[in-house]
Amino acid sequence: MIDAVGVTKRYGDRVAVDDVTFTVRPGAVTGFLGPNGAGKSTTMRMILGLDAQTAGEVRVNGKRYADHPAPLREVGALLEAKAVHTGRSAYNHLLALALTHGIPRRRVDEVVELVGLREVARKRVGGFSLGMGQRLGVAAALLGDPHTLVLDEPVNGLDPEGVRWIRQLLRSLVADGRTVFLSSHLMSEMELTADHLVIIGRGRLIADTSMAEFTARFSRKVVRVRTPEGGALRDLLVGPDVTVTAPETGLLEVHGLTSGEIGQLACRNAIPLEELTPVTASLEEAFMDLTQDAVEFSVHQDVLTERTAS
Amino acid sequence: MTATLTKAQRPSAAPLPDDIRVTQLRVMHSEWHKFWSLRSSYFTLAATLIAMIGFGGLFAAVTATRWTHMRPVEQAHFDPTAVSLRGFYLAQLVVGVLGVLIVTGEYSTGMIRSSLGAAPRRLPVLIAKAVVFAVITLVVTTVTAFVAFFLGQYLLSSHHIETTIGADGVARAVVGAALYLTVVGLMGVGLGFVVRSTAGAIASLFGILLVLPVLGEALPTDWATNIDPYLPSNAGQQIMVVHPDPSALLGPWSGFAVFCGYAAIALVLGAVLLRRRDA
Repeated sequence: MIDAVGVTKRYGDRVAVDDVTFTVRPGAVTGFLGPNGAGKSTTMRMILGLDAQTAGEVRVNGKRYADHPAPLREVGALLEAKAVHTGRSAYNHLLALALTHGIPRRRVDEVVELVGLREVARKRVGGFSLGMGQRLGVAAALLGDPHTLVLDEPVNGLDPEGVRWIRQLLRSLVADGRTVFLSSHLMSEMELTADHLVIIGRGRLIADTSMAEFTARFSRKVVRVRTPEGGALRDLLVGPDVTVTAPETGLLEVHGLTSGEIGQLACRNAIPLEELTPVTASLEEAFMDLTQDAVEFSVHQDVLTERTAS
Repeated sequence: MTATLTKAQRPSAAPLPDDIRVTQLRVMHSEWHKFWSLRSSYFTLAATLIAMIGFGGLFAAVTATRWTHMRPVEQAHFDPTAVSLRGFYLAQLVVGVLGVLIVTGEYSTGMIRSSLGAAPRRLPVLIAKAVVFAVITLVVTTVTAFVAFFLGQYLLSSHHIETTIGADGVARAVVGAALYLTVVGLMGVGLGFVVRSTAGAIASLFGILLVLPVLGEALPTDWATNIDPYLPSNAGQQIMVVHPDPSALLGPWSGFAVFCGYAAIALVLGAVLLRRRDA
């Protein structure tokens, strides 16, 4: 359980996180979604007390992270791929962290085994690949067998097998009743793992909603229709709840009608159809729309300002 | 590497004991383990050994061969203890770098975030690093100072110009070399937390230790006589002087106390900044 209330982080004049309030509920994967630079990592560092918030409060299981007698027992965190001394072996890194809490050595062996690093555990971390570094980070996060996990972009740099492994791990953690707070800048990743979504852009909270609710609200159904008589079909289809766009000649994208309805209309009016495909507009697009205004350096804007300047 | 999670590989295989929590002693244990699990620790300790014993022996051997050619003035100022401990000058660079590195090595690699994540009250990390470093360095430098001293005296004995550990002020000077080096390292630890970058902290440390006394010499004489003795390394090195000048502003122990004061300032400043800054 993580409670963030009115959390704000300012760096001089720049506001990185602006009055953000959300709750990460136990027994579910909460996705923390936002474009790069939206303030996700800063928020996560504030949860762990690594960065001090300018205003507001973050509590983990009812207390500030630093006030827990055994912080690693409460929250396991994977923040950066490598928050590890490159000259130390993976095993020694984990043991050093375990010793601060009096976590037994057998637990170090367990997490090494769990993340599949046994063969390289005695090798220096400096030679690790990005994927191995991520596995080591996950091992460190699991060291205290914590109730809550905070994972910043855990699939970054992982190969497909690694990605699948992370997903399975997340599922098994939640099945144990744990709280998982997972950040990503990819909606597609969240669709597969998250039950709940906290979306931020430019440091502001944009949405705090269940995945199901988000899907119901934002996934638009589009039907792609290819026909030589685009103009005629379009006139037939348009109505109060129906919008039709023509991205290229002979191709229509229809919102608000099913493929069956379009097919029957076309048949009745003897309009030949070359293609009739129902397409579910991805949540990625919905997410992009939602955060578009919030993207800090919008390409579109840059182009505009360049043009006005010249 | 298998990607599936079998029953035995579930995140919690066996329950952890109940007494799991962070204590100062445990953070020290962790820092102890961190120190000995880096190759650079062994290299720097070996370098300290070579600097103290090797250079001490070399200076003693050179002095012994030159003895008959030395002018009477030189012979009158000759101090067999100081010659055998001469390696401290190089050793302070090595120990200082080691003190800096146990802190800045964590900042440059990102390890500090793991360390502070495990001990988020932060101050125990600084205390543990300082204590572990001080204990290890004091033991190593004490042993090497005595070895350097006895080796030096053995080499000087060929010309019967050696001294004994029991002579007035000698034991204090030998132990003093170890104490001085340890406090140099602690100053490095403090500056490491203040500056956080390896290059910056090393530059600050040696600026304070080596450059300040040179600048002090450039001061007008009446200023210099009152200021120079209080400069960190001048004050700290008093403890290695076998026959202190009774009229000096700072004696061996008062000079060393002043030096400890400077190191304490660096550590306290480091502690304040560690608590206050984002990691």
